Amino acid sequence: MTLAQRGRWVTGTALALLVAVYVRALVFTPVERFQGLAQKIFYLHVPAAWSAMLAMGLVGLASILFLLMKDYRFDRFAAASAEVGTVFALVMLTTGPIWAKPIWGTWWTWDARLTLTLFLFFLFVGYLLLRGAVAEASLRAHYSAVLGICGLVLLPFVHLSVYLFRTLHPQPVVLKPSAPSLPGSMLATLLFSFGVFTLLYVGFVMQRYALALAREARGDG
Amino acid sequence: MGDVLRHAWVIARKDLVLEFRSRTALVSAAVFTALVLTVFNFGRDPTAVATVDLAPSILWVTFTFAAMLALNRAFQLELENQALDGLLVSPISRTSLFWAKFFANWVFVSVVEAIGLPLFVLFFDVPVGGVLLPLVGVIALATAGFVAVGTLFSAMVIRTRFAELMLPVLLLPFLVPPLIGAVQVTAQLLGGRPLSEVTGWLRLLAAFDIVFLTLATLLFPATVNE
Repeated sequence: MTLAQRGRWVTGTALALLVAVYVRALVFTPVERFQGLAQKIFYLHVPAAWSAMLAMGLVGLASILFLLMKDYRFDRFAAASAEVGTVFALVMLTTGPIWAKPIWGTWWTWDARLTLTLFLFFLFVGYLLLRGAVAEASLRAHYSAVLGICGLVLLPFVHLSVYLFRTLHPQPVVLKPSAPSLPGSMLATLLFSFGVFTLLYVGFVMQRYALALAREARGDG
Repeated sequence: MGDVLRHAWVIARKDLVLEFRSRTALVSAAVFTALVLTVFNFGRDPTAVATVDLAPSILWVTFTFAAMLALNRAFQLELENQALDGLLVSPISRTSLFWAKFFANWVFVSVVEAIGLPLFVLFFDVPVGGVLLPLVGVIALATAGFVAVGTLFSAMVIRTRFAELMLPVLLLPFLVPPLIGAVQVTAQLLGGRPLSEVTGWLRLLAAFDIVFLTLATLLFPATVNE
């Protein structure tokens, strides 16, 4: 089986499981007492944010590895991860306001985590624009690796600088020092969704990587 | 280390001499700064918002734009007659070359800001008398952060399509953390409040400078090596 085919299988499986996430979230998970049905979007919004963050982290890691080893597989992977990450960032940035409007009464607020994710999106777009603006493959790989690493270093600074303003976003409910503050059944749905979104990320990246290989083979990488 | 700094100084001096002899870029950047300040004056309702509340944002948005304009030309000069290739084959380390460019850009942007600051005070009647020294310090600190990332990126974008557009798109997200810090500290100073209340922001500015100057020094070779 080629990489593209395997990627399609993984993506197909993940999409089928995504349907299961919807069913579980809507039918088998209790309705949140204060937010009502609006809270259901949580099971898509947070995992999409996770996948986007994962994508950026791996772009940065692949960029470092590329500059150290000059292996173009890392460059191809970083490009694939950035493109897929852009999509997840878009999902996060569209589901966020839809959730925020009924709960906070506003579509957007300049809270630390919202701003951070907006910057994540800007970095992805800048990264893809830079790749599109450099014709020569070696130059493109080096430039985008430099930007990828800088982007990864920038994000903590953005978070830190915006965090000094008062923050409205819900505090973390899973990854925090004390025990998760989410009821068991909701936590199970969320973790299931995390897994599915990670699998979706893997499937998309596999296909995108295979596409990059095919383009290079045709000579218009 | 001594050689690295000496070489850097030679190149930076060359750039600055070129800049101050031709003066075209410098005058353009200074006029641009004056124009942006003028535009800001008409982009607000003077009866609704007190000038001192808007002043820090006006100052820093102007300086951000001026820095970006200045950084666009940082490596442009070296493209003519393959001057950059000449620099790269000369027995000078990449570190020297980056620090030279960083320093020359920092001086260039600082000169533009030194012209912009009195205009800002004049146009918006901001009381800077007692806080001039700390204000200059904050401007120097934030500008160093702008220029560290900007020098690295301008070395990349000169060889891309739409370079003039690419630099702002890539650079602006990176200017936001120092911009936020600089605006906060400036507001504090102009409000006549003590700097001790904003040590967090000052530390952030310093940390940004140190981290990105180090990172840019490490990454710069990857942008010029063929």
